[in-house]
Amino acid sequence: MSERCTTSAAHASVLRISLRRRATDHLATFVAVLTVVLVLLPLVAIFTYLVYRGVGSINWAFLTQTPKPVGEPGGGMANAIGGSVVILAIASLLGVPVGIGAGIYLSEYGRNRFGDLIRFTSDVLNGVPSIVIGIVAYSLVVLRQRHFSALAGGVALAIMMVPTITRTTEEMLLLVPQAIREAAYGLGLPRWRTTLSITLRTATSGVITGVMLAFARVAGETAPLLFTAFGNQYWNMNVNQPTAALPLQIFTYAISPFDEWHRQAWAGALVLIILIVGAVTAVRIAVRQGSFAGAN
Amino acid sequence: MGNQALPRPRLTGPRPITGREVKAGPKSRSSLLIHTSSGELADRTFRFAMLLCAATVLGLLVLIVYELVVHSQLSWRTFGWSFFVGHNWDPVQEQFGAMPFIYGTLVSSLLALILSVPLAIGVAVFTTEMCPKWLRGPLSFTTELLAAIPSVIYGLWAIFVLVPLLRLYVQPFLARTLGWTGLFEGPPYGIGMLAAGIVLAIMIVPIISSITREVLTAVPQHQREGVFALGATRWEMIRIGVLRNARAGIVGGVILGLGRALGETMAVTMVIGNRPEIARSLFAPGYTMASVIANEFSEATGDVYLSALVEIGLALFLVTIIVNALARLMVWSVTRGQPARAHV
Repeated sequence: MSERCTTSAAHASVLRISLRRRATDHLATFVAVLTVVLVLLPLVAIFTYLVYRGVGSINWAFLTQTPKPVGEPGGGMANAIGGSVVILAIASLLGVPVGIGAGIYLSEYGRNRFGDLIRFTSDVLNGVPSIVIGIVAYSLVVLRQRHFSALAGGVALAIMMVPTITRTTEEMLLLVPQAIREAAYGLGLPRWRTTLSITLRTATSGVITGVMLAFARVAGETAPLLFTAFGNQYWNMNVNQPTAALPLQIFTYAISPFDEWHRQAWAGALVLIILIVGAVTAVRIAVRQGSFAGAN
Repeated sequence: MGNQALPRPRLTGPRPITGREVKAGPKSRSSLLIHTSSGELADRTFRFAMLLCAATVLGLLVLIVYELVVHSQLSWRTFGWSFFVGHNWDPVQEQFGAMPFIYGTLVSSLLALILSVPLAIGVAVFTTEMCPKWLRGPLSFTTELLAAIPSVIYGLWAIFVLVPLLRLYVQPFLARTLGWTGLFEGPPYGIGMLAAGIVLAIMIVPIISSITREVLTAVPQHQREGVFALGATRWEMIRIGVLRNARAGIVGGVILGLGRALGETMAVTMVIGNRPEIARSLFAPGYTMASVIANEFSEATGDVYLSALVEIGLALFLVTIIVNALARLMVWSVTRGQPARAHV
């Protein structure tokens, strides 16, 4: 508000501002608007193309059938969608508890050097390229099992989920006022009970936001799955076997020379983006109406 | 107090002692209130479990380093430092030099920075300083949306929309006007270093602009008012009062974007052409460290081959860690500690 007042004050003294300075000011505004347009352009282009190419290709067969051999029309990505669900489920089962636990440690017990070390570590872990995580999951799981598997893919994605969840959980728990914890101690609740039933409970929607964001981030990951889950042209629900995943299938189809596969790649991309944007938007709405706003 | 609890030394390798001080307060409180040893045991177990989770985070990083180092040993012992300067990548002869990939990664990332930094700063300045309040929320949401799009979808879009566009219009134009620089010559394939740089630029704009926005918001309001009071126009206020104060933080955001660009895999792999050559022209196909791992890792036969790929991964890992640490320090210097501000 004060900003607006000062702006008009500046305009009041317009007589003393030279033409050149005013022109520069307008030019700067114009350039800023131009950059916004230039940044939004690819976004609009991507979404338009996704919808335009994807909607025409999504049909019942696409969602329920497995891929047909090259040259045969039809077929779908049902196995890839199923595979993605399995891999993401494994990743969440492994990654979410560890991430939340580490977040609880940082906010409730972590005011020491060890806590700082963990904070720094998780920031570093967050910046590790996903392809490198893939290598690690490969040598941890695939080399031991001697074959590609959904489990290996899940481990790779879990490693990527942990740092995000850790930091958001810590942030959200720190938002909970100390007085609430003290009130619980005052009622004679042991510390672990206070943390779980009072502190964590108060911050639930914030913590869920963090989990969903981590989930959305790994849901579209392709690089760490290339040599862990590997991909599969058939239905497979065995976690110890190579498994198809939606992003992998999109990648394989996109770089193939076949028009039919290109069409399906667009359809798969549309399904994937609907899942991810849906998750992110749902989280945004939940946060806006969320209960943790009161704890701020 | 009976704090010589047995499990402690075993589980926290790095700092076993500091935990004790933190624990003393609340523990003594709860033991005052409820004189049950079972409550204390539960507390200790819970704390232990949470500590285990936190230690897992540290363990993961150690594990990553360990696995990368162990599996790249063979290549390191075979080639030594010449691995990073060698130009020859020949799996059949088992000769491996990573120079073309390092070059490709650096050039594509730098190109991305050159294209995206002005755009990202422009967007951040517009959202924090110029745009009407009602537009602020939707605008930042939209840029966040750009960050949520998976890399593979950027690649898909680039293959079918961006690359044909480059091949038919942009590259012939660049060759005609700027061909004399040598950067824009050769046949316009569409696919190549230029395409990779543009896709990367689109992908890192949201990162740089969201950090910049954060940093600009952290600049105190009275800085703006002070410059206005001296009779500045809005642009002069932004230049003198805001951008100058936020410099270090903006550079931090840019470096963070660089970190992302260096490690980005899928979109680049799909459009860069995947040929291990060093060419001066940006139209020529190239190869990056991340994409060679993506393309060849699952097909790598032979221990040396695999080990060479892991060594590239290790190098990539080290570079991104250094870049990220640097970026965090610079952002932190603006948003929390405020040393360089007093003299303006």
